[in-house]
This record gives sequence, structure tokens and C-alpha cells, in this order.
Amino acid sequence: MKRRDFLKSAAALAGATMVSAPAVFSPAKAQSRQETLLFVTESGPNNFDIHGVGTNRPGYEVSWNCYDRLMSHGVKTLPDGTASYDRDKFTPELAEEWSTAPMSITFKLRRDATFHDGTPITAKDVKWSFDRAVTVGGFPTFQMKAGSLEKPEQFVAVDDRTFRVDFIRKDKLTMPDLAVIVPAVYHSELVKKHATEKDPWGLEYTKTNIAGGGAYKVRSWQAGSEVVYERNDDWKSGPLPKIRRVIWRIIPSAGNRRALIERGDADLSFDLPNKDFAELKQAGKIAVATTPIGNGIWYLGLNCKNPPFNDVKVRQAVAYAVPYQKIMDAVMYGLANPMFGAESNAASSVAWPQPHGYSTDIAKAKALLAEAGFPNGLETTLSFDLGFAVIGEPICVLVQESLAQIGIKATINKIPGANWRAELLKKELPMIVNFFSGWLDYPEYFFFWCYHGQNAVFNTMSYQDKEMDALIDAARKAAAEGDSAGYDKNVRGFIGKAFDEVPRIPLFQPYLNVAMQKNVSGYRYWFHRQLDYRTLAKG
Amino acid sequence: MTDLAPRSLPQSSAAGATFRHARYVISENPVTGVAFGLFVLIVLAAVLGPALVPYDPLASNTDAALKPPSVQHWFGTDQLGRDVFSRVVVAAQLDFFIAVASVALVFVMGGLAGVAAGFFGGWTDRIVGRIADTIMAFPLFVLAMGIVAALGNTVQNIILATAIINFPLYARAARAEANVRREAGFILAARLSGNGELRILLTQILPNIMPIMIVQMSLTMGYAILNAAGLSFIGLGVRPPTAEWGIMVADGAAFMISGEWWIAFFPGAALMTAVFCFNLLGDGLRDIVDPQRRT
Amino acid sequence: MLRMTLKRLLMAVPSLVGVVIVTFLLTRALPGDPAAYFAGPAATKEAIEQIRVSLGLDKPLIIQFGRYLGDLARGDLGNSLTTGQPVGKEIRERLPASAELTLLGLVLSISIAVPLGILAATRPGSLIDHACRVLATAGVSLPVFFTGLILVYVFYYLLGWAPAPLGRLDVFYSPPPQVTGFYLIDSAIARDGELFLASLKQLILPAATLGIFSLAPIARMTRASMLAVLASDFVRTARASGLAPYTVIVTYAFRNAMIPVVTTLGMVFSFLLGANVLVEKVFAWPGIGSFAVEALIASDFAPVQGFVLTMAVMYVALNLMIDILYGLIDPRVRIEA
Repeated sequence: MKRRDFLKSAAALAGATMVSAPAVFSPAKAQSRQETLLFVTESGPNNFDIHGVGTNRPGYEVSWNCYDRLMSHGVKTLPDGTASYDRDKFTPELAEEWSTAPMSITFKLRRDATFHDGTPITAKDVKWSFDRAVTVGGFPTFQMKAGSLEKPEQFVAVDDRTFRVDFIRKDKLTMPDLAVIVPAVYHSELVKKHATEKDPWGLEYTKTNIAGGGAYKVRSWQAGSEVVYERNDDWKSGPLPKIRRVIWRIIPSAGNRRALIERGDADLSFDLPNKDFAELKQAGKIAVATTPIGNGIWYLGLNCKNPPFNDVKVRQAVAYAVPYQKIMDAVMYGLANPMFGAESNAASSVAWPQPHGYSTDIAKAKALLAEAGFPNGLETTLSFDLGFAVIGEPICVLVQESLAQIGIKATINKIPGANWRAELLKKELPMIVNFFSGWLDYPEYFFFWCYHGQNAVFNTMSYQDKEMDALIDAARKAAAEGDSAGYDKNVRGFIGKAFDEVPRIPLFQPYLNVAMQKNVSGYRYWFHRQLDYRTLAKG
Repeated sequence: MTDLAPRSLPQSSAAGATFRHARYVISENPVTGVAFGLFVLIVLAAVLGPALVPYDPLASNTDAALKPPSVQHWFGTDQLGRDVFSRVVVAAQLDFFIAVASVALVFVMGGLAGVAAGFFGGWTDRIVGRIADTIMAFPLFVLAMGIVAALGNTVQNIILATAIINFPLYARAARAEANVRREAGFILAARLSGNGELRILLTQILPNIMPIMIVQMSLTMGYAILNAAGLSFIGLGVRPPTAEWGIMVADGAAFMISGEWWIAFFPGAALMTAVFCFNLLGDGLRDIVDPQRRT
Repeated sequence: MLRMTLKRLLMAVPSLVGVVIVTFLLTRALPGDPAAYFAGPAATKEAIEQIRVSLGLDKPLIIQFGRYLGDLARGDLGNSLTTGQPVGKEIRERLPASAELTLLGLVLSISIAVPLGILAATRPGSLIDHACRVLATAGVSLPVFFTGLILVYVFYYLLGWAPAPLGRLDVFYSPPPQVTGFYLIDSAIARDGELFLASLKQLILPAATLGIFSLAPIARMTRASMLAVLASDFVRTARASGLAPYTVIVTYAFRNAMIPVVTTLGMVFSFLLGANVLVEKVFAWPGIGSFAVEALIASDFAPVQGFVLTMAVMYVALNLMIDILYGLIDPRVRIEA
């Protein structure tokens, strides 16, 4: 009897919790679709603050849109009609105007700019933010250094509206460096309130809270699923954005992202695989923007520290064995600028990137390898970052196959994203397929980080050559002094040398692909390769 | 006096009896017959396949990339121009190897541990039980992921991971069987004849539980292949450019939306057929070996 | 009853301890270097060393384990590197999403598999029996992620019947006020019919994927159990007494056959929790499965440890509940225990 009662009461309980009320359809809660933009990407931010420790690229996007900087870049139109930032034109953002002196630059801040909570933005906040950028260490400090912004003493808050940056040396890159994401302006009082002894710069607080005055505020964040932004209607540092609400959804499956765009359920899909992109472009129902990534190259790197690739002949043999065109066709579907097959290895101009003189020539490769003392080939490993498997894996497979033809047996090594950086730092991997692009689009900048003997982390191949260092240093000096003849000579010098010695074999310059519904306009390509919501509009 | 000696019946060999019984079971259950047939086909593909395929499964040919099925390429070509048919057939060998090796490993590990636990009882039983419980408490697929991520994504580690996560099942089953037979007459007889406990375990008990375990082993073969496929989907599967059904499905899935269905479809169909076949084979074997346990 | 429960709990403790130790060792064996990840793209070797010291990763394993146990005792599961959030908070937020999905998948599966099993049992050896077996086995013969992707392709992309695989809710709906975290239950409590339907629509495809995958074991078990019961004496008596076939099958046979099926359900549920990780990845479902997978790939220790521990505890609790339920449904078990 007891059992029956229990079962009966259980059934009664289950029944009671069922939906009993009739369906009550509330009026549409959804805001007007016109004023909301929904875009999808593969992964999301892990930190809202670019000064934070371990902030990932999506985190930079949050920083860019929710914080202001002193200046921004103007816009130019590329040959194919896409809008892009203009590297050489600076526009006012937080600073209304500025005046340069030989060893300093003075900014006049906007009178009416406020943070999201209404507090006026003053030069004190700017100084505090800049001090923070050069002190927290890690990537932000490193980036500031690239423009010779190194010590808090350089930053002076002259008065509430005036801010001055003193130079410690002349550097052509200082101005552009002031317009990158890192020197953002933070609400110093707000962050200081949340700072602790262990965390004097309030990094824990800004990780999940926006303490800025930018065009957008973060309304909600579900880590790994979605970020919802809402427009800052009091934004004064530029024309008010048209989109009132931006929703960023994270969809790991590339196929699903494509399906969402094609069916019109998402407005914009960022960075789809090349193939999908090429097909969408052909089908014509979706608007596509494709822009070569400035100062960015996918390359095959060879470790110059250890044998066998410390021998330049072996490296050149590999350079002749790479199946360049196959890669362009089967991996990039033609959506990249080839970096091979030029007339020779001598630099044709000071433009960077530019193609080198190697092309697929198996016979030549075999001969060089035999000359280097490996007539029977050798064994090695070829590694790539699993996080970029869509491009990295097929490149490795094709390269492996081609190398086998000249006797080099390469085993493919998949390395998960988180370990990739650690592995790169060790500089022991013999052969890697990797990508690098620099925010500041100047060849001497690229070479300083990738080829200079200071052996920065980006000099993944551990290439050390005194002559190369001299050329790079001379080029930077010439740029700072405005010596264009000297600049020209040295840049051509280091490009030519890089191609001759080929510690890294450039493969192609990739494009950044964005797919959007035809009613979405205002997309602009930025050097940081993230989305700027402030110029977007629908309809 | 009449001769009351029993007339000798016509002698039938044990093998012959098994065969007749098997034939009877298959005729009762046509699905099992189909499963057996498929199994033979898979084994043939695994053994002879690599020698008979028209193209080199690893040879890329970017000019012929992404071509639909045609006379030159029965199953079409993939994104690097490799012939899908050749890859599917050659993958049979690797997948079959993964299936068989996983099962062999887990049978040895789990079976031995289980019979020892069931036969000796006491502390052996408790320890094996604890180990099995600990493994069972894990979300099994995540444990496999963890093992492969920690040790590296090679075929050996995938096999090891599959064996470990199936260990509890085999240990439990073997233990139950050994327990039942512990006090059986023939065991007592063996003991009386002077056989040591270990010898009894290996020569008497283990062979006797084999038939029962074979059913479970067949199911595990299917599961091993599915496990490898799941690991490939997250990037922890075999290394490229190896041809393996699971990784071909995982990679090819991205091409479904754009209409190149054949890249994922054919390996997927092969995988499904194999797993299907192993599952149904398990049922058939159970009917042959132990009709009392039919499900 | 209470004594049995306590005894069972005590027996589960060594397993949990084993789980904690194994997970700790496994995550430490992962090839990643969280210090390098954390230090960012431009870090030098010295910077990484500094971070390693601050994370406590330079100490010997025993000390790290001790610290981990200490944190566990305080309920602190650590922080995730990939999302930057405390693990405990993430798990609490994401668990209902996974649980809702798994439960719905299980319900769908039961509603198809049990009738299938009964049908097969009442006509053993017939074409229907074979067809049922083939159908059930087919569901479990494809990798679960592939089934999911095919469902998305057919029902969303081609036919447009299913909603976009954007997660638990369409962008224009806000989640119901949090009571259990299960959107279906919460929207029902809030009497919001539109939201209930919206949540249900998003759940259908992923739940169907999980359900297809678990059809086979449940159908098999039901069939076996029903067969055994249908051959038993009391059913024969019921038939001989002239009761209608429906009454015999449903009222008498089914109830008794359900007992072993309930046990299988426990196993299937924990098995589904494992299969969850792949389904969540395909459908962008914000559950703990996708959280754990991303963390594992990124060699992010804390979430993986937290996830495994949570799953293990849930598994133990679930088994215990099933045993108790079993005891309530079947008085014989209670007497024996």
C-alpha cells in the first residue's frame, strides 16, 4: 500500500508543476531589428581590458569599442572599394587638436567628453592610463615600447585639458603608436576605487567592467556565449554610431556560422574560412569584404640555431621545394597575395610585404640539398597551431608531400593553441607554419620584431646576423630623421638579405574576410583586424 | 542374454556441432547473417584494401580538388584532391586495427583483473572494484580526451584511452563470471590435481569466460571507432594526413554546408556500416554462444 | 534505508578521492603551459617565469596538490584562464543548460525507445522485431557530432524547420527570471508561454541528437526485460484469466519490466553527460561540456578539474538516487538490502 501511495503522490506532484496557465503571448519584447546588429565569431573575449594579463584578441575588440584614445585614423578606399583605415592620416578622437614640437607633442582634450558614468574626462585620467600601459608589463607595455613610449616621466598632464608626451628619442612610430588600442583612456578614479595592494592598477576590476567613455558600453556578458553592447548616447569623440545595440554571439562551428549568414539569421560573420568566403562571393547574395592584412604574412619558418636548418643551403633547398601555387589554390582559394615567384630575391621597392624570388623547382631543391651534404635527405618535424588548423593543416600536408620528393621526411605535429606560444618561445621547433602581422604597417617595424638579433619572441626562427641588425637599425634611424634615401637603401638591403638567407619562407599575405547581409554598411578594415562597430549601419 | 550395451551414436565433432548451431542461428535471424557478411567484407578491405586501391590515399592533386563522384573518382575527391574512395578503403585497415587493438588490450587488462578479483576475492576484489568505480565516476569521453591530450595524439594513445575507459565494464563482467565458476566442479578437480591457483586462473577460468566476453568485445569494437571519431572532431585524433574514417568525417563535416557532401558522407557511411555491423555481430554471437542471454 | 544510504555514500568516497587525484595528475600532465598562455604573446622567458611563480606552478606537485585540496575545502575551484571567471561560478551558471538538454534528450529517447522495445518484445523474431533492432542500432552507429551536424544541415539549412543553432535562446528573447536555471521550468513558472515555446524550439535539435544516440541501450533493455517478464508465470496467469492483452502488457508486464530499465537509465544518463560535450560544441550550447572541452584544449587546469569533479559527484548522487528509487519501486530489493 505504501508503495502505491508514493507513486500516486509522485505523479500528482509531477502533474502540478506542468504548465497550467493558457499561453499568454506578451507583446514583442524585441527591440527594433533595424537598430540591433547581430554578429557571430568563433571565440569570444576572456577579458575586457587590453592591459589585462592574457587578454585574447576578441578582448581587444571590446577595448577598442568601449574605450577612447587620443587620436584615431582617417579612412581611405582600397582599389576594390572596401573602406580601410588610413595609416598616414590621423583624426581627432578624445583630443580635439594637437601640436608637435621637436621632442614632444601636446594634445588638447575635448571639453565635453565624459566617461560612461558622467564624470568629465581630464588629462589626469589620460596620464594615469598611459602610466598604467607602460607599467603593467606584458603585451601592452611591449606595444608601447614599439613607439618609444617607455617611461611614465614622458607623460605630463599640463592642465585639465592639456596632455603632453615627451619623446626620449625621435621615432617615426610614436604617432601611430598613440592611435593603437593600447593607450586607451581609463576612468582613473573609478578604477582606483577598486584597486588593492596586490592589484594597484585595478586589473581585476577592468577585466569584467568597462571603466571608459567610448561609444559603446557592455550591457551583459556570458563568457563563451555572448556579449551584448549598448550605445553610449552621450559619446562626443566622434559621430554617434547608428547601431543602438550590438549582440556578439559565439558559434564555434564554422559550418553553422555560414548557415546563419546564408539564411539571414546573423547580420555579419567575421572571419569565415576562405572557401566559404569565395563561394559566398560568387553566389552574390551576401556582401563580402576582403582586405589584405597589412604587414601580415603566413610563413614557413626554419630554425636557424640548430642543424640541419642552420645551413643556409638547406633552407634555400626547402624554399625551392614548397608547393606555392598548390597552397594558393587549395588552401586559400586564391584569396591571398602570393609572396613567391618574383623575378629575383632583390627587393623591388620598400613596400612590405613583397614577394621573394623562390618558386617551386624540385630539381634545384634536390641539387641544393645534395650540395649541403644531404644527398639522401633528412628527417624532421613540421608543426602548426591547432587554433589555425583550417589554414595550417592543409599547408603542412602539402608541404610534407612536396618535401618528401626531395628526400626530407617530415612528420606533422599538431600543437594546441595554448601550448603554441610556449613552444614558439622555446625556439626549438625545427620547422613551423605560422602567421605574423604587425599593427604598425612599416617594414622596419616588422623586421625589428622578426629578424633582429635582439631575438624577440616573434623572431621565432632565432635568426641572428650582425649585418641584418645593422641594416634594420640604420633604417629605423633614417625613418626617425626623415632621411628617405638612407631609408630606401637600408630597407631594400634588409629585405634582399632576408630573402637570400631565408630563415623564414613567406608563403602568402592572407586576406581578412567578413561576410555581411547586403543591408549592412560602414564596415572598415582596421590594422588590429577586429570589428569596429562605430561606423556600421543597417538598412 | 541380449546385449544391452548402448549402440554408439554417430560421432559428431565439436566444431561441426558449433557450425551447425551457428548456421541455425543465422537462418533464424537474417540480420545476423547480414552482419557476418559485412564483417567479412570489412576484414577483406582491411587486409587487401591498401594493395588494391586505384590512387595513393596520401597523394594530393589540387587541380582535381573537390570533385563530385565520377567514373575516375568513385567517391569524389577531397579539398586537397585526394581520392576519397582510396582513403576510405585504406582507412578500413587503420580503424579495424584501432578496434581490434583496443578490444584486445581491454580484454587482457579488464578480463585478467576481473577474473582475479572474482576468483581470489578479498583485497584483490576490493582494489579492482575501487579502480573500476573511480574510472566509472569520470565522464568517460572527457577522460579519454584528457588521456590523449596529456600523452599526445598518437594511435597508441587513442587505443590506450579507449581501453582504459572500457576497463570497468570488462572487469565487472569478468568478475561476475569468475565468481560463478569459482566453486564449480571442474575447478575443484583442477585444484585437487595439484594445479596452482594462478594456473587455474589462466588455463581454466579465462578460456571459459571468453565466449561471454566476445559479445561485449564486439560492441566495444564499434565503440572504439566512434571514440576515435569523437576525438578527431575536437582535434585530438590521429595526425594528418593519415586516412581514418573518424577524422575524415570530422574534417569533411565542414564541407557539408557548401554542398561537397561526399567528403563526409562516404567515410561516415563506412564508419556507420562498420559500427552497425559490430553491434549486430555482438547480438548474433550472443545468440550462438549463450542463447539464454538473448536480448 | 538511512543506513543503506550512508553506507553507499561512504563507499563512494574512495572513488571521489581517486577522481580528484587522477584529474589533478592528468591536468598537470597536459602539455600546455598556462604561464606562457597567461603571459601573453610578447612575453619573454623571464616574464613567463614570474607568472609561473605567481600562479604557484613552480612548486613541486605535492605542494600544489595540497593547495588545491585546501582550496577545494573552502569551495574554491580556481579561476579559468580562457574565460577569466571563477570556475565555481561558471559551472553553476552552465550546469542547468547541460542538465536541461540531457534530460530532454533522455525523455525524447525514452518516449521512442520504450514503445519500440515493448513492440519488439510482443512480437519476438518477427520483421518488426528486426526492424526495431536495426533502427535502434543505427542511431548509435554514427558519431554523435555527425548526427548533430546532419540534423542542423537538413532541418535548419535545407528545410528551415528548426531555428538557428544560436544557443539556448534566440537573440531577441531574454532568459526568464532564474529559479532553477532550466528555461523550460522557469518560463513555465513565470507563465510566459512565448518564452517557453522559444526555449523549447531551441532545445529540439540538440535533444534529438542526444536522444538518437541513446535509443539503442534503452530499447534493448526494455525488450529484454519485457521478454523475460512476458514469459513469467504471473503474466501467463493473467492471460489465462482472460484479461485483455492491453491490460496484461501495460498494467502488469510493463511495470515489472521497468525495473532493470530504470537502472539502465542511470548508466545512459551518465553516458549522455559525456556525449554532451560534442553536441554542445556543434550547437553552441552554453553548457559545461563545451566549457570543459575548450579548457582542455587550452590546457586550462581549473575548469577541467572542476568539471570532472562536478560530474563525478553528480554520478554518485544519481546512482544513489536510483538505488533508492529502485528500493521504493521494488520491495524485494529493500528486504534484501
